[in-house]
Amino acid sequence: MREEDNILSILNSIPDPEIPAISIVELGVVKNISLENSLLTITITPTYSGCPAVDRFVADIKERLTEEGYNNIDIKFQYSPAWTTDWISDEAKKKLRAYGIAPPVNGTADKGSLFSGGPKVVNCPQCNSENTTLVSQFGSTACKAFYTCDDCKEPFDYFKCI
Amino acid sequence: MELKDALIQYSLRIADSSLILGQRMAEWCSNGPTLEEDIALSNISLDLFGQSRMLLSYAADLKGNDESEDTLAFHRNEREYFNCLITELPNGHFGDTIVRNFFFDAYCYHLYNALKESKDETLAAFGEKSLKEVTYHLRHNSEWIIRLANGTEESINKIKQSVIDIWPYTGDMFAMDEVDELLIEKSIAIDLNTIKSKWNNTIKEVFERANLEVPSIDVYMQTGSLKGIHTEHLGHMLGEMQYIPRAYPNMEW
Ligand SMILES: [Zn+2]
Repeated sequence: MREEDNILSILNSIPDPEIPAISIVELGVVKNISLENSLLTITITPTYSGCPAVDRFVADIKERLTEEGYNNIDIKFQYSPAWTTDWISDEAKKKLRAYGIAPPVNGTADKGSLFSGGPKVVNCPQCNSENTTLVSQFGSTACKAFYTCDDCKEPFDYFKCI
Repeated sequence: MELKDALIQYSLRIADSSLILGQRMAEWCSNGPTLEEDIALSNISLDLFGQSRMLLSYAADLKGNDESEDTLAFHRNEREYFNCLITELPNGHFGDTIVRNFFFDAYCYHLYNALKESKDETLAAFGEKSLKEVTYHLRHNSEWIIRLANGTEESINKIKQSVIDIWPYTGDMFAMDEVDELLIEKSIAIDLNTIKSKWNNTIKEVFERANLEVPSIDVYMQTGSLKGIHTEHLGHMLGEMQYIPRAYPNMEW
């Protein structure tokens, strides 16, 4: 196993601070791992530019890798290409739904004009009903919108597309 | 003027606008009209702070020495701030906030869309990243404009007054000087004249749905932000925003 692959699997054990059901690798924020001489450089990209979880990503990555014996770690930020929900793996989307968060509906990222944006149907993560209503584009965290299910009446978070 | 100095100045203008509007939006936290709206306004504030940090750290890197995003945010006085005047206007009532942000978000939407093509890599990355967030902000404000302007007699009258009050601060967003000239020539900055017509179209589109009249462009427009000349409101806001870092220099938490 290449050492970088090993490092990737270590990073894959770090949960997202706000959605612990998926890892930071599954979320798609880890963009590159490079090991040169003894310097380990991890490149990450924030989901939202003001995402308060970013500092936690950095602290958690440093802590886990230090535990594994890496002492010379540099964490770089990369903003382009900008993070998109399309980078969340299918596997991770299943985990999101099981955790009670409706995963982003593929292919709706960043398209549509001013008023036609957003997915047509967001299934309720509890009862899978298509009969759901958008309550607010802004949910419990920057990356989520707030929905309610008109069948089982449960409110739920939708991981909105960017 | 050196290219580097122009780039610092240009980055500060954009970063300062995001920072100052972000601070205004943070004032809404726990004061929103409904819980959902409170969360939305605070989320927008976070996005704006994040956007600002990207370009403040870029400006700090270009400046060198001991500058950092924090020294730029907390150690500059109002005359050293270059945010658009509209971003420092007080929140007023909810309709005032929505109208102010709508005018500014529509501007950012078109500016960042153009900035994606900037020859400067950092500015292009900033444009690409921020556009995604601003699109949500603009949609949010546009929907509220339409709702408030089609609401009760009170909400209609209030939103009309907000438009009249805030309109004279929109001209300042499109002001340009030698900084812009130099950077436009290098395909780094965006010619704001090209943004203005797109901005006008967005305002018209939303106002038509809201049955609101777009004010005349001939009214007297406030200006001054390019030279750091501000309304009386900015100093008061900085006094609050910068209090802790100034009272306890170099404190970390
Ligand atoms: Zn349901």
